[in-house]
Amino acid sequence: MMEIFDIYLLEALVNGILLGGVLALLALGLNLIFGVIDVTWICYAELVMIGMYGMYYLFSVYGLPYWVAAPICILLVAALGAALHFLVIEPLLGAPPINQLLATGGVLFVLQSFATVAFGIDFRNLGIRLPVLALGEMHFSYARLLAFVAALIGMVAVYLFMTRTYTGTAIRAIAQDRQIMALMGVDTKKIYLVTSALGGGLAGLAACLLVLQYDVHPFVGLSFGPITFLICVLGGLGNFVGGFVAAFLFAEIISLGGLFSDLEWGYVLAFAFFIVMMFIRPAGLLAKRS
Amino acid sequence: MNKQLAWGVGLAALVALPFVYRDPYHLHILVLILIWSFAYTSWSMMGRFGLVSLGHGGFMGVGAYVTALLWNHLGVSPWIGIPAAMLCAGVLALIVAYPCFRFRITGHYFALVTLALSGIVLQIIIATRDYTGGSLGYTPERTKGSHIVALQFDDKVVWYLIALGIWAGGLAIWYWIDRSMSRYAMEAISEDEDAAAAAGVNVTAEKLRITVLSAVMTAMAGALYGQYQMFISPDTVSGIAVSLQMVFAAVVGGIYVALGPTVGAIITILLAEVLRIGFGTKAVGWDNLVYGVLLVLFIIFLPKGILGSLLAWLKSPSKHRDG
Repeated sequence: MMEIFDIYLLEALVNGILLGGVLALLALGLNLIFGVIDVTWICYAELVMIGMYGMYYLFSVYGLPYWVAAPICILLVAALGAALHFLVIEPLLGAPPINQLLATGGVLFVLQSFATVAFGIDFRNLGIRLPVLALGEMHFSYARLLAFVAALIGMVAVYLFMTRTYTGTAIRAIAQDRQIMALMGVDTKKIYLVTSALGGGLAGLAACLLVLQYDVHPFVGLSFGPITFLICVLGGLGNFVGGFVAAFLFAEIISLGGLFSDLEWGYVLAFAFFIVMMFIRPAGLLAKRS
Repeated sequence: MNKQLAWGVGLAALVALPFVYRDPYHLHILVLILIWSFAYTSWSMMGRFGLVSLGHGGFMGVGAYVTALLWNHLGVSPWIGIPAAMLCAGVLALIVAYPCFRFRITGHYFALVTLALSGIVLQIIIATRDYTGGSLGYTPERTKGSHIVALQFDDKVVWYLIALGIWAGGLAIWYWIDRSMSRYAMEAISEDEDAAAAAGVNVTAEKLRITVLSAVMTAMAGALYGQYQMFISPDTVSGIAVSLQMVFAAVVGGIYVALGPTVGAIITILLAEVLRIGFGTKAVGWDNLVYGVLLVLFIIFLPKGILGSLLAWLKSPSKHRDG
């Protein structure tokens, strides 16, 4: 059996875990929005795309150092998230859920074509090539390691915010019962806005990390947006822990599938796994059996 | 009676049109409008009952690619290839929709699962690039024999008549459903699934039937589009962008009225063409930008769509002012 467990397999396994970190970050942002506001942002990955362009302009065009550009970029996308809520979701809060979903689909179009018009369709990158870490025969890129660590730190920060602050507690309470909290004197409008900004901020953080590994172009969101939705549904929409577990499961399938064939087949395998899981655990990985 | 007469006259005028007026460019636009109207009508068959699918780009891709692959690799005529592609799309719809309906996956969940479906189809087309040409696109081979067997015609008038027939067929199916028991069952389901089930509606079967019908029709639209354009690529017939485009056009036109999706197709295709001609290559992106802004505005202010709101307003201007 040792031959199967070779060095490439181990490398793919570790790379899967590293990929899982960023996916878990994205899933957390989306789950947060869904759990609290009961809205799915179809355009979530496009927020990340805008953030990646933000990083490109701040870093490569305006020449800011990475560590200065990153917080600015996170704030920028957080503001974008709040604006999205204020302009599009708020007027639709009373509308059927599907209208909210379609409206964010429209925002997806807007952001994608805005990027096409404003930035062109060329592929751009920061031009930073981080070194590769060699462990024995295995190679890991620092960009991925950094992304994994930063994603974990981001998630811990959100956890602390949610459990240790008044606003965080209010957010969790609203996720449990939307009607009662308004009667308890919590300003739901404000909480929704804070949550949207937080979700946007997580997208911004993901953008800062992804831009180190991938080129940015107007349609880059399509390459990880659908995966993020699958992860959230697989984990159970609004279920933070489920999303976390599902992110790593998915990343491993993609990474290992890609080891045996092309990367696309890794994705196809992941999608197939998703459909099978819909039969077995339709309410999410960690849902209690009824 | 008056209404039927209007339909008859309208249809006759549409059939007669290419024999009077045959500017190739305008006919081309009309063919595109008719084919896409058929696709949007297919989507609305589900959409009007609250079954919002973001996976129809997948069905369309299956229709276009299966037909073209069968023709190029096995030499199977599209006359057999299109039904085969429709069958594939139907089976795909069954596989995805059955667990969704069986386990009561509705609303957001259903939309996301179907969204994943169009992602899958797109990835498979790209992954099998040795056969499908991947993201570069794919061209059905020009026939050396009979044009009828290959379903390839150089004359735009022929295509116009084919597209017109299919479009009218789509509307006929819409009316057929509109007047059937299924419609009442589906309306009950979209209001309250439990109540519908308690009243004796077989919820899963009813939803499956409409979903499969919609998927099969969409696949047919995809196959025809491929045969007409003689070029398909994942961007034009498959994937999430196409799915969203369908939803958008149907919503703008109005998904609750028969001609709503057609109005949506006319508006979106004309808009894209006007922008393309007006801006030339600079238009890349502008059409979608306008689409997206309109989509958001429509959903916020006119959820019934242009035609839907107009008809409601004509019926009783006072009641439906809030539209």
